Amino acid sequence: MAPQAFPDAEKANLPVFTMDYARIQIPFEITLWVLLASFAKIGFHVYHKITIWVPESCLLISIGLIVGGIMYSVHEEPPAVLTSNAFFLYMLPPIVLDSGYFMPTRPFFENIGTVLWFAVVGTLWNSIGIGMSLFAICQIEAFGVQDINLQENLLFATIISAVDPVAVLSVFEDISVNEQLYIVVFGECLFNDAVTVVLYNMFNFVADMPVVEPVDVFLGVARFLVVGLGGIGFGVLFGFVAAFTTRFTSRVKEIEPLFIFMYSYLAYLVAELFAISSIMAIVTCSLTMKYYVEENVSQRSCTTIRHVVKMLGSISETLIFFFLGVVTITTEHEWNWGYILFTLLFAFVWRGLGVLVLTQIINPFRTIPFNMKDQFGLAYGGLRGAISFALVFTLPDHIGRKPLFVTATICIILFTVFLQGISIRPLIEFINVRRTNRNLDTINAEIHSRIMEHTIAGIEDLCGQWSHFYWKDKFLRFNNLVLRRILIRDNRAESSIVSLYKKLELQNAMEILDTVTGDISTTPSILSIYEEKKNSGKPKKKFQAPDLKNMHDILSKNMYRIRQRTVAYTTKHALPNDSHAREILIRRHTSIRRSMRPGSFQSPDGPKSHKYFSLPAGKNLDSKFPPGRLSVTDDEETMSETAYPSRRSRFGQPSRPSSRGMMPLRRLDTLTEAPSVDMLDENQRRGTSRKTSSSSDSRIPAPRHQLHSPVDTDSGSADNLRNGHQEEEEEPSLPPPSWAVEPRDNATQNPLLRRPQWNPKK
Amino acid sequence: MGAWQTRAEHQYQDLADKTGFSFEQIKNLYQRFQQLSGNEETISRENLDCMPALANNPIRKQIIGAFFDKRNQHQDEVGSCDQIGFEQFLMVMSHFRPPNLRTTDEEKEAMRKEKLRFLFNMHDSDNDGTITLAEYRKVVEELMSKSGEIGQETAKAIADAAMLEVASINVPNMGPEEFYEGITFEHFEEILKGLEMESRMHIRFLDVDTSTMRCGKSQS
Repeated sequence: MAPQAFPDAEKANLPVFTMDYARIQIPFEITLWVLLASFAKIGFHVYHKITIWVPESCLLISIGLIVGGIMYSVHEEPPAVLTSNAFFLYMLPPIVLDSGYFMPTRPFFENIGTVLWFAVVGTLWNSIGIGMSLFAICQIEAFGVQDINLQENLLFATIISAVDPVAVLSVFEDISVNEQLYIVVFGECLFNDAVTVVLYNMFNFVADMPVVEPVDVFLGVARFLVVGLGGIGFGVLFGFVAAFTTRFTSRVKEIEPLFIFMYSYLAYLVAELFAISSIMAIVTCSLTMKYYVEENVSQRSCTTIRHVVKMLGSISETLIFFFLGVVTITTEHEWNWGYILFTLLFAFVWRGLGVLVLTQIINPFRTIPFNMKDQFGLAYGGLRGAISFALVFTLPDHIGRKPLFVTATICIILFTVFLQGISIRPLIEFINVRRTNRNLDTINAEIHSRIMEHTIAGIEDLCGQWSHFYWKDKFLRFNNLVLRRILIRDNRAESSIVSLYKKLELQNAMEILDTVTGDISTTPSILSIYEEKKNSGKPKKKFQAPDLKNMHDILSKNMYRIRQRTVAYTTKHALPNDSHAREILIRRHTSIRRSMRPGSFQSPDGPKSHKYFSLPAGKNLDSKFPPGRLSVTDDEETMSETAYPSRRSRFGQPSRPSSRGMMPLRRLDTLTEAPSVDMLDENQRRGTSRKTSSSSDSRIPAPRHQLHSPVDTDSGSADNLRNGHQEEEEEPSLPPPSWAVEPRDNATQNPLLRRPQWNPKK
Repeated sequence: MGAWQTRAEHQYQDLADKTGFSFEQIKNLYQRFQQLSGNEETISRENLDCMPALANNPIRKQIIGAFFDKRNQHQDEVGSCDQIGFEQFLMVMSHFRPPNLRTTDEEKEAMRKEKLRFLFNMHDSDNDGTITLAEYRKVVEELMSKSGEIGQETAKAIADAAMLEVASINVPNMGPEEFYEGITFEHFEEILKGLEMESRMHIRFLDVDTSTMRCGKSQS
């Protein structure tokens, strides 16, 4: 820089290139750490096999250890993430929110007694047991830890007896154990936070005191109630407020997801403010909120929320394990063979004993008792993780042997995560714990679940004996009458069966959409035609990227229609081994398309045999549909019979079931069809045979109800469904279409509806 | 109570053997039976129909019908009766006993089959051994009838879809001229194979004296 030569010059020249690291240091480092951990995560999945045998948590810790080693050797201090407020305020909430949001509610509430039993009593048992035993060990002179008194031991035991949701979930996610076991482990690790908080504070408090009096124990119990119920109360309160808020957010759809996060986080912070169980607060908040919010917000917001929750949870979890590894190397340790080994031993033993005893007590109250294998899974799955770690770091410094505690905690965490985490999968498979197929998503299953519930509720009413079905029934009724009216914008009580049904339809529609674009090049024009009919005069290219939902709605309506008409063909189509409902519908559609290729068409009876309504004979398929054609009244009749009110989207689709909506897909099907068919007479027949339903058109209300992913989490989260769905991608190579468009005579109905020929009554 | 007591016990022993309930459970259920029947020997449909608690149940007709269905009596009769006695009442209730730790796997299998049979009979209202589409539709309509304004078409659509599912699962290679008659019991079992019945289809019958509890309809 030039001015150096003239020291008395006041003016400095403009610096061309400067660096100011200090200013951006903190966000920069945070970003780098997050990226580093995420790269590690990407790296693991490059070798797919690794993650099967070694849970991700182990891998992350290992990488963290390596990085920690590097930092230690260059005498760098890692960021104080796990050792300060940052953990409890920033890193833990996303994970807990993730767990709470995707918790399957029905199994949870059915097992809530067991969950609370294990969470509360189990943690107490573990803490006191381990604490006492360690205190006994401390008396032995050989280990040189006599200075640790009872309170400190109990404090330490509390810290390490808390089963950690992060670690457990990351391991249990992949092993599909039976639903009961999963939910109990899941619930336990989320809800033992209340007990841990209370015990921790209590023992912390009394660690200073020379003498513990009975009144303190009593206060401890009272405090536990405050903590637990307070956490739940705040959670529910914030959940309802959030649900209520989303009722009014239809005009500000872009920020809808924000409310979810803000309210959950607020619940967490307020709970922290009052030193009550913040984990329980945020879990109950998300549980309460989810059901109502997902009905109120738009489809896109719903997806966004789910994605962001998952993403934040995943990032937090990655970072936590990573830093666990890093900080392990860089903290100050104190090793004591005896104490640490006995800690490991006692933790293991007491957990096993605890599970055994508690299960014996609670099994008689359970409808499905836990057998020995389940108990093993329960005991063995009690992994400790980062919460223990953070808690031990926040121990007050006046505890003399804090470094020893830190070391012991780290040992336990590493031991359980590595040893138990890696071995649990083969062990569970080896001892053959009961598995559940969690993705039972057929309509029949759903219908019959409901029927069973109602049956049981009815029989219980008859015999005057009530169990949780009764309460569930009452709650649902209360829900429908009161809560939904207040909290949901468009209150239309919807059956979960219908939700599932719509969900499946939507999946099909999207599936078809995905596979269609390769097949038919007219997809853009389909949409453009639709849009054109909707707003005539707008240029085509405006609709290159239409609202996905509109498209789905069109397709889904058409999917349904096609299915009804082509049920006859279904029966001839040999489905490959998979009997899943989705597959049924998907393959049917694909076969429809395939069958419409020229040459594959065998019609034994001539033109009358087609069931697809399509262009009247002679029309050119490539031309746009003239509006005049839309006045085929029978189409509307036939459409109305299957167009049910809840199908309407919110985005201003015409309330009349628009045959325009139907047209595009018709085109799709008949694009390559050689003979054109005349369906009008068929339609007429159908129309007359269903004249009762043609009046339903006028009944269809204005479009207000939105299409959304079902809120009913009974059938598992939509994520599961989505993932499972993608795995079942249909193969293009279907069996050669032996489709004969079979003639249907006067009835023109599918086999299931052959009423005239059926005589069910004897 | 002398002689009556021993006669009752003798009867109870019989019933306990047949249905698997314990004495206390039978006693409680007998009290309930008395309440429902107005202290008479048999219950008729009207007795059950006017229970207020059942009014909100969407499938109450089927449930009530199940009590009067002879097929649920574990004998091979079909048809329905108009009045049922205590024994028939108990037989129907016995379908809902929960398994306990001592039941073997075969017994569990048998219980599951029993429960499925009960459900099947609920659907198959004309006793012909198959659930036809019309019957299934009726069931779905009733099921949905209480949950808001679901149109009839929706219920029909769902019933159709469900039947299609059953057809595809059970008879994947149907010929061109065949059509799916109806769901037989085997098909019914097949489609509900994965569904866990133990946690859903049972009632914990109380062993304690419930005479002090108010249960439902009061007798005038």
